[in-house]
Amino acid sequence: MGPLVPDIIGNDLNFIVALIIGILFGAILEQAGFSTSKKLVGLFYGYDFTVLRVFFTAGITAMIGVMALTHFGLLDINLTYINPTYLWSAVIGGLIMGFGFVIGGFCPGTSVCAAAIGKIDAMIFIGGAIIGVLIFAEGYPLIEDFYKSANWGNPRLFETIGISQELFAFLLTSVALMAFIFTSIIENRVNGIKKPIIRFTPYYIGLGIIGLLIATSSFVFPERKGSFLKMVEEKHVVQSYKLNEITSDELSCRIMSEDKRLQIIDFRPAKEYEKINLPKSTQFTLDNLFEKEPNKILTLRHKVNVFIDNDELSERKYAILASELGYKNIRILKGGFNEFKSLILHPILTGDTTNREEKDTYRFRLRASNIIPDLIKKNKTAGPVKKNQKRVVGGC
Amino acid sequence: MEEKKYMNPYLAGVLLGILLIATIYITGRGLGASGAVKSFTIATVETVVPSHTQTAKFYTEYSKEHKGSPLMNWLVFEVVGVLIGAFISGLMSNRLNLKLEKGPKTTIKIRVFGAIIGGILWGVGSQLGRGCTSGAALSGMAVMSTGGIITMFAIFGGAYGFAYFFRKFWI
Repeated sequence: MGPLVPDIIGNDLNFIVALIIGILFGAILEQAGFSTSKKLVGLFYGYDFTVLRVFFTAGITAMIGVMALTHFGLLDINLTYINPTYLWSAVIGGLIMGFGFVIGGFCPGTSVCAAAIGKIDAMIFIGGAIIGVLIFAEGYPLIEDFYKSANWGNPRLFETIGISQELFAFLLTSVALMAFIFTSIIENRVNGIKKPIIRFTPYYIGLGIIGLLIATSSFVFPERKGSFLKMVEEKHVVQSYKLNEITSDELSCRIMSEDKRLQIIDFRPAKEYEKINLPKSTQFTLDNLFEKEPNKILTLRHKVNVFIDNDELSERKYAILASELGYKNIRILKGGFNEFKSLILHPILTGDTTNREEKDTYRFRLRASNIIPDLIKKNKTAGPVKKNQKRVVGGC
Repeated sequence: MEEKKYMNPYLAGVLLGILLIATIYITGRGLGASGAVKSFTIATVETVVPSHTQTAKFYTEYSKEHKGSPLMNWLVFEVVGVLIGAFISGLMSNRLNLKLEKGPKTTIKIRVFGAIIGGILWGVGSQLGRGCTSGAALSGMAVMSTGGIITMFAIFGGAYGFAYFFRKFWI
């Protein structure tokens, strides 16, 4: 599961990756024509909308791509850098940059690109940008309060406006497609030419089809967690899903024999877990199931993962989620932890049965009810599943 | 030799989008540019007036978040890559030449002045907005960050708002 840094690609190798990505980034920008200020500002005077086309196409392609990777469980969005939202500094900072765009004719990325092919104005621009950072750095104490005001955390826009991710992606893609047509009309008018806006050449038909496919594909990649959670809300699905069960007796037996394959995934609330935690248990939350790091525990080979919660129904939900996410060797505790408590931890034992099997069970539970509370007491809590990885620090 | 034509913008856009997806998948972060300018500036100040960087808040906050030399930074390596990549691309398309580009009705003096002021504005604005067109707007759009998309609209909205008054610079 991505991001590949730092597990698969180390932090040092990451610098080489940065260099290679930069080379491709620079080459694409230059090939697209971002290395000349005249082409860049054309966007604001209506004679050349290249920047808008490249920018929006790239943004939308990447957005849908990130959605798809997250949907298929290839990328943990919780570890990905989401630009933080500080409302006022974002607005004012953006306006200042817009002002700088019109006067300077570049933005930082494109100026580097233009400087590389010898544009003197771009080199001067970069010098200016360094002075600008310096001014900001020296004036920082004065504007720090403003800089850090209206902190909204790291929300994503569809959450902020309260619509689904798919709808948002579809709307944004549609807006972009319309903008492409609309700006072509303006471009023709400003330049006084009559280039047909929509040319029915195979090339343009192909592009149009790809655009539409991208727009509709956003519905194929619903937010993964949301769609899974919807599924386990349906009662008949939860009841009829085939899951392997393990009885309280079998679990006790495995605990007492210190079975090395046993791994207990405890979904009870943290407080209850702290009070009573079984040996070899790790505390999990629903969110953990969708995250990269906790998943390492569930994918350990030759382990049997017993899912525990107070009642069997919620155990079933978690187990269904885990199975749908592709995890193997999942068992649920029959009757939930409540039954385990009443049968093993605080059993009401009456020895007056004649049936031999019941007598065996009685003897077993009597032994278990002596041993297991001891084991629980001795068990040092493993606590919630450890997460060492934090969200990547990115941005400018 | 004549300059080669530019790439079809939609094709370039798709390629750039794919590169951005790969970047996020591999590193967990997006593309950027102004961060490298920041690192470079901080590194320069650290060398020239080291005592200042130990007291001024901007620098102490930076070094708290970033261990080691400010130049050992992902974005610095990426921007060095941009220089190389753009140079190779310019070389292959016969676009390498030293020149100062300006609008038809403006003077060299005004263009130089505009480039400096424009750069300064970007330097300040990108720090305030926590990223530029690449780091905040483009990468922000890819992960649908609220802040990134707000910054994007502010950049382009602002540019359209100011464009009329500076039309002599360009047309």
